[in-house]
Amino acid sequence: MTPNPYLWLIPILPLAGAAINGFFGRQSSKKAISAIALAFCGGAFLLALWIAIGFSSASAPYYFDLAHWLRSGDFHVDFSFYLDQLSLVMMLVVTGVGFLIHIYSVGYMWDDDGYYRFMAYLNLFMFFMLTLVLAKNYLMMFIGWEGVGLASYLLIGFWFTKDSAASAGKKAFIVNRIGDFGFLIALFLLIQRFGTLDFPTLFAKIQPMSPETAGTGLLTAIGLLLMVGAAGKSAQLPLYVWLPDAMEGPTPVSALIHAATMVTAGVYMVSRSHMIFERAPTALTVVAIVGTLTALFAATIGIAQTDIKKVLAYSTVSQLGYMFMACGVGAFSAGIFHLMTHAFFKGLLFLAAGSVIHGVGGEQDMRKMGGLRTYMPVTFVVMGIATLAIAGIPGLAGFFSKDEILWQAYSSPNGSWVYWLIGVITAFITSFYMFRLMYMTFSGDYRGGPGAHDGAHQSADAHALADKYGQDSHASGHSGHGEPHESAWVMLGPLVVLAFLSVVGGYVGIGGRFEHFLAPVFDPGLSGGLGQKAGGETAGQLTERLLMGISILAAFSGWFLAWLLYSNKPQLPAQIAERLGGLYKAVANKYYVDELYAVLFVKPLLNGSTDILWHGVDQGVIDAAVNNSADAARDVSDNLRHMQSGNLRSYAGWVAAGGAIVIAYMVWMGVR
Amino acid sequence: MVPVSYYLVLSGILFMCGVLGFLLKRNIITIFMSIELMLNGVNLSFVAFAAQWHALSGQVFVFFVMVVAAAEAAVGLAIIIAVYRTRETLNVDQVNLLKL
Repeated sequence: MTPNPYLWLIPILPLAGAAINGFFGRQSSKKAISAIALAFCGGAFLLALWIAIGFSSASAPYYFDLAHWLRSGDFHVDFSFYLDQLSLVMMLVVTGVGFLIHIYSVGYMWDDDGYYRFMAYLNLFMFFMLTLVLAKNYLMMFIGWEGVGLASYLLIGFWFTKDSAASAGKKAFIVNRIGDFGFLIALFLLIQRFGTLDFPTLFAKIQPMSPETAGTGLLTAIGLLLMVGAAGKSAQLPLYVWLPDAMEGPTPVSALIHAATMVTAGVYMVSRSHMIFERAPTALTVVAIVGTLTALFAATIGIAQTDIKKVLAYSTVSQLGYMFMACGVGAFSAGIFHLMTHAFFKGLLFLAAGSVIHGVGGEQDMRKMGGLRTYMPVTFVVMGIATLAIAGIPGLAGFFSKDEILWQAYSSPNGSWVYWLIGVITAFITSFYMFRLMYMTFSGDYRGGPGAHDGAHQSADAHALADKYGQDSHASGHSGHGEPHESAWVMLGPLVVLAFLSVVGGYVGIGGRFEHFLAPVFDPGLSGGLGQKAGGETAGQLTERLLMGISILAAFSGWFLAWLLYSNKPQLPAQIAERLGGLYKAVANKYYVDELYAVLFVKPLLNGSTDILWHGVDQGVIDAAVNNSADAARDVSDNLRHMQSGNLRSYAGWVAAGGAIVIAYMVWMGVR
Repeated sequence: MVPVSYYLVLSGILFMCGVLGFLLKRNIITIFMSIELMLNGVNLSFVAFAAQWHALSGQVFVFFVMVVAAAEAAVGLAIIIAVYRTRETLNVDQVNLLKL
C-alpha cells in the first residue's frame, strides 16, 4: 500500500479541536465540549490506526512535505512530517493513551468550572506532542518540544488560583527552559556544521563519520547538549525537580503529560538522534550514567513519600532513568519498548490513583487511605495489574521491557555490570515502593477519619471542590464526603483498557520482535537482526536466564518486603524510620535537593536580581540618572524662579546688570 | 568749537542719572521721568555726532525718538493713572503681582 497522504491530519485534528473548544467552549454545553474534544482526538487515533495498518516497513521512512517555511540560502526548514517505525510507535502510543485519558478526563473533570479550558488544553497538548514525534526536522521537533512545555505549564497551573499550583507550573517551565537552552544550542551547532536540520539529510551526512574516540568533538558536544535538553524535558538528574511538583495539576494531566507521553519526549529525541550519539561515545556514556543514577536516586526517594501521586511521580523519574540507561548503552529499541509499556502501566497507575483520589474525596495522603479494596474493587484490580507490571513480575508488560533493558545494560558493548547491578537494585526498590503503595491504599482498614462513618453522600460539587484543592483540603474534603466509593464507568473504562494493554503490551517484544521492527531505524545496515539474536551462543543465553532470574527475584523480594512491613507488621516501618533517623529524614525530604537548589541557584539569583540588578542597576543607575537630572533641573529652576520677583526695580536692576556686563565685555575684549 | 567728547561725557552723565533714578526711585512717576532722561541723554549724543559729521540722519533720528517718547508718555501716564486707581499707590515695590 502506498503511504498514507493524510499523515499531516493527525496533528492538525487535535489542534482544530483545541481551537474550537478554546474559542467557543465558554458558551457551549459540557456535552458539546466533550463531543468535540473526543471526536478530534479519537479521529487522530483512528487515523493513526489506519496508517499503522497500511504501514509497511518496505516503504518507510515516508516523508510528507506540507509547506515551505524557512528558506534562507542553502538552509531549508519546511513543515514536513516523517513516518518511520519509531515515529509510528510513538504516534500510536500518544494517540492511543491520549484518547483513553481524554475519555477518563470527561468523568474526572466534569464538575470543574474550567472544563472547556481543560479539554482545549488537552487537545492542544496532543497537537504539539504529535508534531514532536512526527517532525521531519529538528526545528519542527523543537516547536512540538516547546509546545508540550507550554501545554504542560498551562495544565500544571490549571487551578491557578491555588498558589502552589501556579508556582509548580512556573517551576516546570523555568527548569525546562534550562534544558531547552541546551537543545537550542545543539541545533545551532548542527546548523553551523552541517547546514541542515532535516533528519534524512543530516543523518546521511553524519553516517560516514567515524566515532569520536578522544571524547571531545563536535558530535560529543552536540550529543551532550541534546542530553541537557532531554534531561530537562524527561526529568533526569539534575533537572528532575519540576516533575514531582507538577503533580499539582489534575490527575489526568499527570497521567498523560507527566507519565505517559511528554516526559518521554527526551527518550524519543535521544533515540531519534541515535546517529549522533552512536558517534559520540562520551555523550552516550553520560546518557547511561545520568539515566542509571536517576533511576536509583528517584526510586529511593519514592520509598518515603506519603502522597500517592508523589510516589508515582518519583517512580516515573526512576523509570525514565531506565529508558536513558537503555539509550546510553546503545539499546535504543529497548528504551523505546520500555517507553511504550511504561506509557501503558504508568498512565494506568496515575489514572487509578486519580480514581482513588476521586473516591476518597480529594485525599492524596496514603496514610489516610487503606482498606479501599472493598470500596473500589475495579480500581483495586486494575491498579494491582499496573503494580505487577511496573514491579517486573513475569508475564506482564513491565517485565519484558525492563528485563530487556537490564540484559542490554549487561551485555551490550557499551554496557557494564555496574549498570545492571544498579538497575536490579532499582527494580527491587521499585517493587517495594509500589507494593507499599498498594498495601497502604487498598488493604487494612480505612483510616480516612470521621467521614468514613457518616455514610451520607454529598453533592457532586463537593468532590470537585475537594479534588480541586487536593491535599490542602484534608479536613474539609473529608467531613463532607462520605465513605469512599467506586468511580463512574467513564473513568473505569479507560482503566480497564490500559490494564489489558499493561498485561499484553509486553508480548510484542518476545523474541526480539519489537527490536526487529525498529531495526531499520536504529540499525540501517543490519537486515537480519532477528536471525543474529536467535543464533547467539548458549553461554550468553545461560547468562541471560540467570540475570532474568535475579531480576525476578528482586521483584518478588521487593513485594515480600512491602508485604512484611505494610501488611503483616504495620508497626515496623515507623520503628525502622526512627532507627534510621537522619537517613530517613533525608529521604523523606527528597535529599533536600530542592533546598540545595534554593541555596545554590535560586537564592543567589534572587538576591543578585534584587540587590544588584534591581536596587543597584535599575534603581541606582537608570532610575537615578533620570531622577537626578530631573531633580537638578528642578533645583536650578527653583533658584532662577526667584529672579521673577514681580518687583519692577529688581527687573530694572537685572537689565542694568546685563547691560553693564555687555559693556564690560566689549571694553575688555577691545571691541570698538 | 566745543569738542565732541564734552557732549559725550555730558550725554553719559545724563544717561547714568537716568539709570540711577530708574533703579533707586520708588515713585513710578519719577521712574518715568528717569526713562525720559535716559532717552534725552542718548538724543544729546545723536545730535553731537550729527554736528560733528555734518550728517542730518542723527538729527532726524532724534525726532523719531522724541515722537516715540511722546507716545510712550501718553500711554505710560494712562497706565499710571489706571494703576493708581486700582492700587491707590504709586510705589512700584507694592505693584508686584506679576511674578511666578
